[in-house]
Amino acid sequence: MSSLNPGLILVIGAVLVPLLPQTLRRWYLLALPVVGFVHVHTLADGTSVTMDMLGMTLEVLRVDGLSRVWGYIFNIAAFLSMLFAWHDKDTMQQVSAPIYAGAAIGAVFAGDLVTLFVYWELTAISSVFLIWASRTKRAYKTGMRYLLIQVGSGVILLAGVLVWYAKTGSIEFGNIGIGTLAGNLIFIAFGIKCAFPLLHNWLQDAYPEATVTGTVVLSAFTTKLAVYALARGFAGTEVLIYVGATMTAFPIFYAVIENDLRRVLAYSLNNQLGFMVVGIGIGTELSLNGTASHAFSHILYKALLFMSMGAVLFRTGTCKGSELGGLYKSMPWTTGFCIVGAASISAFPLFSGFVSKSMIMTAAAADHRWFVWGVLLFASAGVFHHSGIKIPYFAFFAHDSGKRVKEAPWNMLLAMGLTAFLCIFIGVYPKALYDILPFPVDYVPYTTAHVITQLQLLMFSALAFTVLMLYKIYPPELKSTNLDTDWIYRKLLPCVTGYVGRVIGKIDRMIREEAFVILGDLIAMIERQHGDRAPISQTMHAGTMALIVISILFLFLVVMLV
Amino acid sequence: MSEREPNIHDPKKYWLDEPKNVRKVIIALFVVCAGLFVADAFYHKHPHFQAEEWFGFYAIYGFVMCVGLVLAAKLMRVFLMRDEEYYDKNE
Repeated sequence: MSSLNPGLILVIGAVLVPLLPQTLRRWYLLALPVVGFVHVHTLADGTSVTMDMLGMTLEVLRVDGLSRVWGYIFNIAAFLSMLFAWHDKDTMQQVSAPIYAGAAIGAVFAGDLVTLFVYWELTAISSVFLIWASRTKRAYKTGMRYLLIQVGSGVILLAGVLVWYAKTGSIEFGNIGIGTLAGNLIFIAFGIKCAFPLLHNWLQDAYPEATVTGTVVLSAFTTKLAVYALARGFAGTEVLIYVGATMTAFPIFYAVIENDLRRVLAYSLNNQLGFMVVGIGIGTELSLNGTASHAFSHILYKALLFMSMGAVLFRTGTCKGSELGGLYKSMPWTTGFCIVGAASISAFPLFSGFVSKSMIMTAAAADHRWFVWGVLLFASAGVFHHSGIKIPYFAFFAHDSGKRVKEAPWNMLLAMGLTAFLCIFIGVYPKALYDILPFPVDYVPYTTAHVITQLQLLMFSALAFTVLMLYKIYPPELKSTNLDTDWIYRKLLPCVTGYVGRVIGKIDRMIREEAFVILGDLIAMIERQHGDRAPISQTMHAGTMALIVISILFLFLVVMLV
Repeated sequence: MSEREPNIHDPKKYWLDEPKNVRKVIIALFVVCAGLFVADAFYHKHPHFQAEEWFGFYAIYGFVMCVGLVLAAKLMRVFLMRDEEYYDKNE
């Protein structure tokens, strides 16, 4: 057992799911991540299990401080999302969700790049079923786009690994760094899954189209696996600071005007990833601790927010800001849990985001990067604006939509309650989180200055929201689609290929028409020569024939004699 | 917009249904903000940057940046907003 990659518990365990009756299945699905969690906990740091295959040495299990943090939180996230999905009897999701979670955990404990690649692709293939499980035409198309991009990331990763192996003769997954072809390829592969700017749009495209429970599962793993991979391979890569800072800032503009509240959350997920990427780019112990702890708390509050919007979608059938409002009257518990998630992502004191995000901010400041720090501060205010206020406000308050629905089912409430508890627990007792971080922590989140400045930042953004609302300047929620980079491959490329196709079609038709004319002429000519009564096809009398033959023979005789 | 109108008769009056209570919430927010702004005078800062030493820096930054964010996003709508079925038409 001690040589088993913890991810395999979920992956192999998932295979048995279809054989079990529904009543047993639910307990079994909950038990898998519990066993996984305990297994991660019992593995000692420094554990390494290798396996020879095709002349290469694969390190199928490697345990250290970094992989352990992700191992813990991925199992916790798997447990919470299984509980959230307790009511759902869809076998497709009951199998794909644990395979997907297990693949992500497996990747985190992979010691070499080939093993990483295998799990990397498995996360792509298993997760798409959570989108397809919506069983709509729209979800099918979105899933195809998602799969293409995810598998594409894997193919680029494989290319990078091959070049890396040819150059260095090693497949160990350690620090890689950019600047070489292999390094750049691997960097881009990680960047796609991490939703780097301009490579990001698969996330906002796909996550809101998944099922009520599928989005909760999706939100936890793929992107945070990419954060882990970047932290492992590219810590201290300067360019990541700017990539990350861009990621924190630009999705929030979209989040302000987006109507689908799950898509708003996808944009803010992107923005939160930016903080983690900045932490990786700075590459100090404090900043990497910040990245690890922020990934940990982020997975929880993001899952909580997606759960609350999932519950709203489950009960009302819509997640659009323009159609919601006033739901606090019929879903008070969901409202409360959503507000806990909103407070956590906004980094209010006593909530999880406060103790994790600030480590990255402090690391940026300690590195004297005033501009990056300013961008992060802007993004912090902005995230409160669109996730902290907009989500709860438009779903549960605002204008009463008149929707009166039942409160979310008990399993959803329990899952949200547990997640909310963890968000507050980490915020109140950060030592529990700090103790499992990869480096020793010398950081105190609760200082007078930090608490007051953070409250000033947040309350004045709330003030800005209120003032803009009162003066009716705030953009109303409208039924709409906002163009993002997916426009390039959903509109521009089909347009261009359609145009090229039409031009080629035109030319093709011209050539064929011309060919038909020529062919027609040719046939007419042959007709003239060989047709009925044409010179060549005319029949002759036997006498004429005899005369011709005799003439030829005579000619022949003359030639022979001469 | 008809779908915005309550479609179920809900006789219960909630606290926030009263406009004067909403006013109370807003006033409470103003008071908290004012308090936090003044609080800047009463604690010792350990700034990394000069800007942090300015009185009420975080408050002003938060307010100004958020207003800027919303105005910029509103402007983006002019260029980026399409109707809901935009992609469904010819896909």
